[in-house]
Amino acid sequence: MPTILIIAINAILIENFVLVKFLGICPFLGVSKKTDTAIGMGCAVIFTMTLSSALTWAVNRFILEQFHLQYMQTVAFILVIAALVQFIEMALQKLMPALYQALGIYLPLITTNCAVLGSALLNIQNGYNFIESVVFGFSAGVGFLLAIVLFSGVRERIAACDIPKPFQGFPIALISAALLSLAFMGFQGLKLG
Amino acid sequence: MGTEKNRNERDLLNFLAGHPEEGRPAGSESAPETNASPAVEQSLDASPSPSAERASAESRASASAPEPARAPSKFAPLLAQLKNGLLTENPTFVQLLGMCPTLAVTTSVSNGIGMGLAATAVLIMSNLVISLLRKVIPSKVRIASYVTIIAGFVTMIDLLLQAFVPALSKSLGLFIPLIVVNCIILARAEAFASKNGPGRSALDGLSMGLGFTVALTLISAVRELLGAGTLLGYPVLGDRFEPATMMILPPGGFLVLGCLIALVQFIMQRKGAKK
Repeated sequence: MPTILIIAINAILIENFVLVKFLGICPFLGVSKKTDTAIGMGCAVIFTMTLSSALTWAVNRFILEQFHLQYMQTVAFILVIAALVQFIEMALQKLMPALYQALGIYLPLITTNCAVLGSALLNIQNGYNFIESVVFGFSAGVGFLLAIVLFSGVRERIAACDIPKPFQGFPIALISAALLSLAFMGFQGLKLG
Repeated sequence: MGTEKNRNERDLLNFLAGHPEEGRPAGSESAPETNASPAVEQSLDASPSPSAERASAESRASASAPEPARAPSKFAPLLAQLKNGLLTENPTFVQLLGMCPTLAVTTSVSNGIGMGLAATAVLIMSNLVISLLRKVIPSKVRIASYVTIIAGFVTMIDLLLQAFVPALSKSLGLFIPLIVVNCIILARAEAFASKNGPGRSALDGLSMGLGFTVALTLISAVRELLGAGTLLGYPVLGDRFEPATMMILPPGGFLVLGCLIALVQFIMQRKGAKK
């Protein structure tokens, strides 16, 4: 049990996917102008990342390893993720229209979110078993949600500020992300396990 | 062409570029093949980011103003395309695509150059192949097909790097396989290679890739210089310099990129104000 807890805290705080590992920066900068959309995107990422961690682990274990095809990992995983996202989209539309309404527009974006492929590859690299992989995927998603929600709060404030012209838009967003990232560096001091 | 599905995917690319609200007008996509200079104009129009369109409009204006009677050269459109990728539509500084590797691997100059060249190789090959297959791939499944083609080339590059430059492969680590989901490559496949001939597409891949490499080199040079006092591993700033380690840690990446983009915007605004 403690290992799972360590993996979770590690993925959420110490090695936050966005702010420390630089995975999923595109949606982090693109969809963080408002807190509502940021929450939607974060939830969609948690959902997909948990499922894709489980699925890619199974694909790796039962198909790629059986036939010694590990070098096809990247191709296989991206196809699994693309198919999974399509499938989630269709399933949600049929089964949970309310949730689909909320997450709808963010789902297709997730295919090209490098955090999802990144977590799948990291699971294999770290040699996690099935449960650990799922926990890692889920908590990496939670870390993403945490970062993007915090950041969107900052950006909503910035939108009302008087910023020098060259810094308007992206540059100021990046600089505030730097400060947020600096704050998360503080968690490096946590020594676990 | 111009269907609802197309629009959604274009929005997706705009979204990734960090400009969610601005979609291009639906008509602008019906771009048949042309070979001479009009195609350059078209590629400029096909840019996914409004700031890039503004920049390219500026560059067109400034290029035509000083020497209106330039001799039509066979290489002029090629050079224009190269300049397009390197400067006016630089994927990192102007189009703001592919931020993850940009921030993650620029801790040292050798990493930055290595990543840039690996992405360039993938970009050239995937643009070439996608352009050759552009009439065969049905438009409904084209994004999935592009991703598969790109993933194939990324795997090749990954294995080549592991075999010949294991040190670089190790320090870039996870970000080599993640070239697959680099938005630059998919954006160029969608915006350029799917509408233009193989030669031009390969050249577009080269110019965008070099633009990416130059940007990565610049960012990593600043970070390595400030964060470790070295360039390519050689000490430059002497013993008296106290390295600011923060610069090679994650916050430094955000900070340097933010400042460099601000600098680019400052120069562009100055240029705009002069006219």
